Amino acid sequence: MSSPRTIRFTLNGEPVSATIMPHETLVDVLQHRFDLRGARESCGQGLCGCCTVHVDGKPVSGCLFLAVFADGARVDTVEGLARGDALDPVQEAFIEAGAFQCGFCTPGFVMMVKQLLKEHPEPTDEEVRHYLTGNLCRCSAYPEILDAVKLASARQAEAARRA
Amino acid sequence: MKAFTYQRAGSAEDAARLAAHPGAMLLAGGTTLLDLAKCGVAEPDMLVDIGHISGLDAIAVDAGGATIGALAKMSAVADHAGMRAAFPAVAESLSQAASAQLRNMATIGGNLLQRTRCPYFRDPAAFPACNKRDPGSGCAAIGGVTRNHAVLGTSEACIATYPGDLAVALVAFDAAVRLGGRTIAVEEFFLVPGDTPAREHAIGPGEMITAVAIPASPAARRSTFLKVRDRQSYEFAAASAAVGLELGPDGRTIRDLRVALGGVATVPWRCRAVEDALKGTLLEPESVRAASRLAVEGAVAQADNAHKIDLAPRLVARAILSLGGLA
Ligand SMILES: Cc1cc2nc3c(=O)[nH]c(=O)nc-3n(C[C@H](O)[C@H](O)[C@H](O)COP(=O)(O)OP(=O)(O)OC[C@H]3O[C@@H](n4cnc5c(N)ncnc54)[C@H](O)[C@@H]3O)c2cc1C
Ligand code: SF4
Ligand code: FES
Ligand code: FES
Repeated sequence: MSSPRTIRFTLNGEPVSATIMPHETLVDVLQHRFDLRGARESCGQGLCGCCTVHVDGKPVSGCLFLAVFADGARVDTVEGLARGDALDPVQEAFIEAGAFQCGFCTPGFVMMVKQLLKEHPEPTDEEVRHYLTGNLCRCSAYPEILDAVKLASARQAEAARRA
Repeated sequence: MKAFTYQRAGSAEDAARLAAHPGAMLLAGGTTLLDLAKCGVAEPDMLVDIGHISGLDAIAVDAGGATIGALAKMSAVADHAGMRAAFPAVAESLSQAASAQLRNMATIGGNLLQRTRCPYFRDPAAFPACNKRDPGSGCAAIGGVTRNHAVLGTSEACIATYPGDLAVALVAFDAAVRLGGRTIAVEEFFLVPGDTPAREHAIGPGEMITAVAIPASPAARRSTFLKVRDRQSYEFAAASAAVGLELGPDGRTIRDLRVALGGVATVPWRCRAVEDALKGTLLEPESVRAASRLAVEGAVAQADNAHKIDLAPRLVARAILSLGGLA
């Protein structure tokens, strides 16, 4: 018989635990146990990136990631990006560039861009396209998303110069 | 997804013992297994998580070749500097596969064992006939929509394409799969469907993949992986070619050549006829194009996939010529 398990992990910096069934995915557990609605399931098959969260600093697709895999890990979601009322620079860049219409795909894109800019602080268009290939936007805001990445990258470089 | 129990294996022996339970399956990154569990193709009662077995995720590259642990992540191998230098086709096969998210989750062992994307296979509710899922039930694809089905290595029982990219690069460079104590060439590891399409590879009961070993060679060092798809990225191959080229001291004579095809065959497809026709000859566009046609010798088209028979040799020729600086 399938029986529940307790997992413990760090969620957006806070230690948490949850009692889950082995077949539950991370995106389901975040949605239903922690009421975090940013990462959401759309295709459920790894095709669209709407469910992207970071596990131990790496973006993964939460719809194909068993919640038990998060046991002992650090999980970061879009809800953990803002500092109080101050949005993350990537979130601000998305708003300023108008990089969404319905916004369904946005949390996934934002989480990918966070990591993209860590790995490639000043990415070429080619690098952005390759890195974001797993994220689909049904409203087709791609040109504005590219603008948002450029804007966030420029702000980040500017902040680094000042620091 | 149907409920299952979950067990963590502490060692390969532990995994073998747990996997002996009826209804048990090994679980690595889960990107194939959970996807298939959601479509109702895989219905495991127990998943045995091998992800906590220590020492199985190492990547070691030296003058003799590379050894990649079965649990190494696709992203780790794709980005590994030593792999990119000594085996560019292998690294490229991985960086062009799936998405950044999936490459962070999926393992090398799981990648080799990914299942076909045949849409009939993936939809048991709508298409009960599938000899791969249910031996003897028939094949819903034959006579159906076959645009992405195989033209090489097919049988009357199954025409499903092997979808993976990595194994295509591996078969080109004589790589081997380690199953604990036993080692088997990648070329012999994958089985053409014949009358038994449910049997896809040579893993025996109680065995698991522990590593992949690739011998170093000048051809592997000068290699490339070309992948064409129905859309520019994030798609399985319509056709792919892993090619390695070694030229003699004159810079024109083909000393060694490796050619393998993906996206067109039921298994990763080594094209020795192309290699043999060109080895020892001068690298010239005409002869390369002519010989590349041998890559699809014996191909059988279904209603919608004859284009693959044209596409694959062109890809092979383009890969050879670009490695030789002629395209
Ligand atoms: C949307 C999407 C797009 C994709 N695109 C591509 C692509 O373009 N190119 C490509 O090559 N692949 C692609 N893939 C496939 C992907 O690469 C595989 O799903 C992945 O590599 C499987 O690895 P895993 O560790 O997640 O395997 P799992 O899902 O954990 O396991 C897969 C199978 O292998 C078995 N297994 C796993 N490890 C071992 C082991 N060490 N020994 C014995 N048995 C084992 C499991 O029991 C299971 O049957 C795509 C997948 C998705 C979902
Ligand atoms: S081609 Fe193979 S996998 Fe697809 S329906 Fe036929 S038997 Fe099944
Ligand atoms: S919901 Fe996970 S990739 Fe689409
Ligand atoms: S903004 Fe609507 S899906 Fe991207």
